[in-house]
Amino acid sequence: MRRYLIRKLITYLLAFFVGVTIDWGIPHLMPGDPVATYLSNFSLQPAGYAAAYKTMSEAFGTNLPIWEQYLRFWQGLLTWHLGVSYSNFPTQVSTLIAQAVPYTLALLVPAITLSYFLGNRLGAAAARRKWLDNSVLPLGYTFQAIPYPWLALLLPYLFAGVWHVLPLSGPYDNTLLPAWTWTFVWSLVRHWFLPFLTVFLISLGGWAIGMRNLVIYELENDSSRYMRALGANERVVRRYAYRNASLPQLSGLALALGIVIGGNIVVEQAFQYPGLGHLLYNAITNKDYFLLQGIFIFIVIGVLVANFIIDLVYISIDPRTRLSMQGAAA
Amino acid sequence: MSEPASQSLSDSPDSPAEGVPAEGVQPPAVPAIAPGAIAGTAVPVAGVPLGAVGAARRRGNDFLYYGLRNRKLLFGIGLELLLVLFAIIGPFLAKYSPNSLQTPYAHPSVKYWLGTDSFGHDIFSQLANGLRESYLVGALGAACAAIAGMVLGFAAGWRGGILDEVLQMFTNIVVMIPALVLLVVIGSYLSTRSVLFEGVFIGLTTWPWVARAVRAQTFSLRSREFVELARLSGKRAWSIIVKDIAPNMASYLFLVVILLFGSSMLLAASYDFLGLGPTNVVSLGTMMNLAELNAALVYHMWWWFFPPGLVLTAMVAALLVANVGLDEVFNPKLREQ
Repeated sequence: MRRYLIRKLITYLLAFFVGVTIDWGIPHLMPGDPVATYLSNFSLQPAGYAAAYKTMSEAFGTNLPIWEQYLRFWQGLLTWHLGVSYSNFPTQVSTLIAQAVPYTLALLVPAITLSYFLGNRLGAAAARRKWLDNSVLPLGYTFQAIPYPWLALLLPYLFAGVWHVLPLSGPYDNTLLPAWTWTFVWSLVRHWFLPFLTVFLISLGGWAIGMRNLVIYELENDSSRYMRALGANERVVRRYAYRNASLPQLSGLALALGIVIGGNIVVEQAFQYPGLGHLLYNAITNKDYFLLQGIFIFIVIGVLVANFIIDLVYISIDPRTRLSMQGAAA
Repeated sequence: MSEPASQSLSDSPDSPAEGVPAEGVQPPAVPAIAPGAIAGTAVPVAGVPLGAVGAARRRGNDFLYYGLRNRKLLFGIGLELLLVLFAIIGPFLAKYSPNSLQTPYAHPSVKYWLGTDSFGHDIFSQLANGLRESYLVGALGAACAAIAGMVLGFAAGWRGGILDEVLQMFTNIVVMIPALVLLVVIGSYLSTRSVLFEGVFIGLTTWPWVARAVRAQTFSLRSREFVELARLSGKRAWSIIVKDIAPNMASYLFLVVILLFGSSMLLAASYDFLGLGPTNVVSLGTMMNLAELNAALVYHMWWWFFPPGLVLTAMVAALLVANVGLDEVFNPKLREQ
């Protein structure tokens, strides 16, 4: 148990370290000299250029030895000074991220948790039940195979373009001012629904099919046969099968996070939904590297935290780990 | 041989001696296609009697017998073959080259089968060419992931110990670094990006799923009697892996690679949609990207974004269905009762 946690902790720390190092490397990997690139935006006389180059190098710290730049990066990160956004001058990167995070969480948290629970229930119910299986299976495969960009175009086309029931894009009606009034909240919800539905539907199929396959396997297991032989009713057998099957599904959830986050970036971009993904896209198009760095490290931290939570849940639902915590197993 | 054969990943030897949820417990998962997806394949057909040629031939005939009677497999393969055929001959059927400019904003008609976009590109021609790119990227991605994943997975599973620890750590780290953002970094370093680059990049960020699967399987196989015997006979590690271990997980590995093929195509579509894909190439993702950027939704130009997404969905869904059919063929436990 302790060994497991220590190993996990080391993995997390190393992943964080690698993430930060890659993040720091972003401007250093860029072709050319960042200061020169920046100064090429202005038409300067040679003398002025030299002076400006010197000043900017000192300001950005590019004249320092490379290891010192790296240490300074860590220092800035640990004190949460991510720099100033270039495309939204003079807003701090941390402010921009803080503004975007609620939107992303509002999409991802319900989409991931709801699709996980509903998908698992649906899949478990479909296992070895012909009529349900025949409807869940094809639908599940179709949802799973849908590319994020397509659904993110198709849903607004149908709901906004053809049926006119939901707004096309954006976080809220742009004739409204943000305020905690019913009209505004209702507008937020209406704009939130389609991007949420996109992420939700695509994830749903995968969980349902994964669970269906695992439960079929568990139902054929010796333990299930034994329970049936003892005369246990089918509902009880299924309940145990479901619980056994949830473990691999849960570790699958940790692995899926990165993919869902990637899909979310596509969805936010397609719906012009101002979350982290949208911010990231803007950072790419504007070559705003401080912003890019800030978002990158924020996403890495987010994935690590989510993994840690899943680890804790895993430990709490796997009886084998609980047993060893009480010292029953050597 | 038949009893240990049915051992699932969840009781592989490295699994919780101390009640530790070891990594090996996890069934391999495939990206984009949500991980649980191939959990059903987590039942390896390992332990099918080896050695006897007759047995192998009988097994092959068995697979053929069940394969030809599996509707899922036949449907999946049939649909996929149709689409491959379209990718091969489609570009020759197209009347206009994908980048030539015709009348813009044309509805689907006899002249332009699937209409034209707001620049005047013929959608049918773009679709047929885009399909080729998708298959190419998918194949490249799956091949790279399979090679990298197998090398690392076999190494970790066979050697165990410190090497295993280090490789597992590495795998876990790669999984946690968001691939899309990494692509932004590398992508902006290169002024032009090719299809090859995209495929290799996808492969190099998705190999952990293969590696996990291969490692867990190797772990459970390497302590079997026939492997011990091979080792006692003085065979080299490499030859044991290739001749004794790999064939026992071939079917399983095949399924993982098929799923990776599908998910690589989906990932490529997402990258292309964000404008991070290959430059100067028509792909299904770039078609949707252009449709998005040029307000196809506002102008109700459904024929611009609907076909590429539909075709891609069909391509991946056919793979998934064929995959589950194959799974049932390889794995008697899953067959319909």
